[in-house]
Formats: sequence, C-alpha cells, structure tokens
Amino acid sequence: MSPDTGIRARFKLDYPGFSLDVDLDLPGRGVTALFGHSGSGKTTLLRAIAGLEHAPGGMLSVNGDVWQDDAVFRPTHQRPLGYVFQEASLFPHLDVQANLEYGQKRVPQAQRRVSLDQAVDMLNIGHLLTRKPARLSGGERQRVGIARALATSPRLLLMDEPLAALDHALKQEILPYLERLHDELDIPVLYVSHAPDEVARLADHIVVMEGGRAVAAGPLTDTLARLDLPIRLGEDAGVVLDAVVAARDEEWHLAHMEFAGGRLWVRDHGLPVGHRARVRILARDVSLARAPMSGTSILNTLPAVVVDSVDDAHPALTLVKLRVGESPLLARLTKRSAHALEITPGQLLYAQIKAVALIG
Amino acid sequence: MLGDTDLAAIVLTLKLASVTTLLLLFIGTPIAWWLARTQSVMKGAVGAVVALPIVLPPTVIGFYLLVAMGPEGPVGQLTQSLGLGVLPFTFAGLVVASVFYSLPFVVQPIQNAFEAIGERPLEAAATLRASPLDTFFSVVLPLARPGYLTATVLGFAHTVGEFGVVLMIGGNIPDKTRVVSVQIYDHVEALEYTQAHWLAAGMMAFSFVVLLLLYTLNPTGRRR
Repeated sequence: MSPDTGIRARFKLDYPGFSLDVDLDLPGRGVTALFGHSGSGKTTLLRAIAGLEHAPGGMLSVNGDVWQDDAVFRPTHQRPLGYVFQEASLFPHLDVQANLEYGQKRVPQAQRRVSLDQAVDMLNIGHLLTRKPARLSGGERQRVGIARALATSPRLLLMDEPLAALDHALKQEILPYLERLHDELDIPVLYVSHAPDEVARLADHIVVMEGGRAVAAGPLTDTLARLDLPIRLGEDAGVVLDAVVAARDEEWHLAHMEFAGGRLWVRDHGLPVGHRARVRILARDVSLARAPMSGTSILNTLPAVVVDSVDDAHPALTLVKLRVGESPLLARLTKRSAHALEITPGQLLYAQIKAVALIG
Repeated sequence: MLGDTDLAAIVLTLKLASVTTLLLLFIGTPIAWWLARTQSVMKGAVGAVVALPIVLPPTVIGFYLLVAMGPEGPVGQLTQSLGLGVLPFTFAGLVVASVFYSLPFVVQPIQNAFEAIGERPLEAAATLRASPLDTFFSVVLPLARPGYLTATVLGFAHTVGEFGVVLMIGGNIPDKTRVVSVQIYDHVEALEYTQAHWLAAGMMAFSFVVLLLLYTLNPTGRRR
C-alpha cells in the first residue's frame, strides 16, 4: 500500500501492566475492524489514533495527511476525525439539533462534505431534533452520536464498540444504519469490536488484537480463514463469504445464494434476486464426508479440497481448512474423525454445512 | 424601626457581598479547574490552603491579613509603592479580606461540579473540533451551572454573615466598613434591642430565603 492512500499507524505505549505496540498499514477506505477481547488494546489504539491518548514517538498518517510523527503532534481537535463512543456521550445541556451542530459549525465551510440533513436522514433522527438527550432511548442516543460525528465530514471515522452498550434488539435497530454508512459514504472507518457477528457483518478488513499487539491483519475473508486465527476465536471460528441472491424458492421459503465456489440454500429473508449479502459459516457447523450423502437432512453439500489442518485448542479437535472453488471454508472435526477420513492436503471431500447464517 | 445608619450598613453589606462574590467567581474558577484536573502532588496542599477559612477562627485570618496589609507588611509595602495607600480600615481592604474568607465556599462547589463532569464530555468536544478553551465555555461552564449557582449563593451569604474578619480589618467606620453584623453588635452594646432585633431578624429571613432558593432551584441528585 502506498504511503498516501492508507492509514499508517505506529504506536508504542507503556502502562503499568499493559503495553501497546503496533505497526499497522490499513486500507484508506472501507470498514476495518479492530477485533479482540477486552484488554487487548483495541480501544487504546483507537484513542491513540484520535490523539486522546498521548503517544510520544508514535506515527500516524491518514491518506497522506500526517497527524503525528516525531516532529508533529496534532491535538485531537485539529484532527479531521469523527469519534463514536461506546456510550453516545451527547452533551446533556444541548438538544439533538444543537448536539449535531456542535461539531459541524466548528468545521470550515469549505471542508463540509456531509450536510446536516444528510446525516439526519441517514440515521433517521429527523423526529428527534428538538429533544434533549435525556429523553432519548439508548439506540436513539447512539444514532445521534453517529450522526453528530458524521456531520463534521470526518476523513476517518473511529467507532469504539458503538453497539456494546445496547441490547440485542437495539443492536439490530442500528446495524442497518451502519451498513448504509458503509455503502453510501466514502469515509474510512475503524471499528472496534469484540463481537464476531458485528465484525462479520460490517468489516471489509480486520485487525486482530491480543495483548497490545496486532496478531493478524488483512481482508476479512482471508484473515478469518487463516488457520492460526480461528483457534483464538473459539466457538466463533468460521468464514464469511460475499454472496448474491441467485434465486428464491417461494414454496420452501429459501434463497439460493451464489458465492465464488458454489451455491448455498439459506432461509429467505426477503432479499430480492441480485442483492449482495454476506453469509457466515461457522467451523463447528461443517462436517466432512468422502462421498456425497443421500438421505440426510442437510441441504448444503459442497465439494471441497483440503488445504491444511491444525490442532485446535482442545486436544480432541482439529481444524481443517478447505477450498470450495475460490472460497475458503473451515471445518472443526474430532481428531478421531480426521484420522478415519485420512485427511491430507489436496484430498477431495464433501463439506456438509448444517447452518448458514445470512448477514446483512 | 431601621435608622439611617442601619440602612447604610445594609447597603454597604450588599455592596461588599456583591463585589466579593463577583471577584470570587473569577478567581475561584481557575483555582477550582486546577484542583479538579491536576494530578500534581501540590493538589492536597493547595486544597488545604483554600479550605483553611472553614476551620480557622475569623480573627486569625483577620489578624494575619491585618499584619500583611499593614504599613510594614509585604502587601502594605506593595500597595504603598503603587500609590494605593494601605488597605486596612478601607472598603477595598474589606473586599480583599472577604475574598480570602469566602474562598472555599466558592471554590469547592465549582470544583465539585467540574469533577462531576468527568473526562468524557471534554473528549467528545475535542473530537468535534472544539479547542480546550472553546470546550470550557461551550461544555464545561453550562454543565457546571448548578455548581456556580451554589457557589454564588454560598459566597454571597457567607460574606454577608462575616463578623470577626470585618472587625479586625475594617473596624467600624460608618459607610465604609460598618456592615450589618457589626451594626447589630453596636446596637446590642448600646442596649438598643429593638434595632438589633430588626436587623437580626432581617438577616435570619434573608439567610433562610437564600438557602430556600438554593435548595429549590438546585435539587441535589444528578439531572442528567
């Protein structure tokens, strides 16, 4: 990646009992998830990028614009960023409208690319403008927080677990707005999360953080399919594939999703034919067989070639990486089954997929 | 009923309390901000100095201020070299003494209000392009309003109620330093109990109304 189209971030921070040490080259567009468990340093990294955490000796440039290096340290208010906190952190003394205007009116006219109306429409908060934050629900508050950040026309949008404080229903309420943002605005987003489902749904790229280090980084599909990584993900190990609705089966309420490597039946969520969506297949939902089986309840069976296999976290288990056409697939088996199948790289098997989740 | 000297004392008292409170809000704000935000080891010491008037007898403060501001004291030397004369037994001297005496009653509510705001609104403002000074006026001050209300009322009422410091620094000069509390003392000394009653009851009513307003307008508990 050339230095002027991406986000270059190099930070070294030492706290008692914790250190952050990262050197990252991130894409200057799309959504990059900073993923990891709590204490992995993802929020600290985000705060350092925002300048909220003073990191002497750090280096940060965003699409060619140097925000921080040995000679320069731009304080937070001089960095053209948007920041969405875990709790919306609206100003309680201002109504929604004034909260939205707070950031926007501090941005020079010439640099405004997102209008207030656009931000209001995108997050669907037009009916809340005269309310005080205390009279908003948690989900509404977070939508206002996101709109407020957008209204500053940021060059980089930083989101620190914006959904973590919300319950499941509210999460589902907000996720579509985040997807819209992704689709409609050309603003690179760094999205901190510890929730694999959010990452699977929103991210194009992923950085996996552990103990203050970035242990893996790259495009979402490839990175999730890396064999060294799923072990860290535990039950959430699996792949995310881009797919298109190819056909709909009205009788059985199923949709046929086409991806680079084949087709999968999933429950029909009403998406029209031709619509792009992601599907997620967890490693624990994939079993392997030498021959395609008949007389089974499993709808999706795909021919797959073994790429590699490694020991899983539990000594009884093994993780197998496969290739279905051009797409990766992970399967979690017992070692005993793997032994019985005599799994070796290059072997042709049939992947039986028990469950496919359609996301987004 | 109230005589001319009583009215003069009331006017003087209100003037002293107003000037003192106004000065204290300006002086107290940076002190309170520093105390609320600093991680310096000096925080404890500065906080203790600010709080001294709460525990010290007013005569002690009055005594030291008298010495400091007198012709031989460091402050007195300074004011004389600036051509201002010496401050004791003047209205200006009384204001200076009152500022010291009422400082904790203004600084502490403001400091508490600043501390209650926490880090997050300041960070949010910074990510919305507000400079620290801008943030102070657009976020911190509005959010600290209850603290300022408390500080204003307490600073004003406490200055109205002072006696010992006034006597040490201001003496008892009609129209210049004779405030209500001193006037009451004079009446009692002269066995003019009726006049003393009028002023004393007036002070009671004033203090009650002030505190009533404070507690009604500024209910405890957070309104976020």
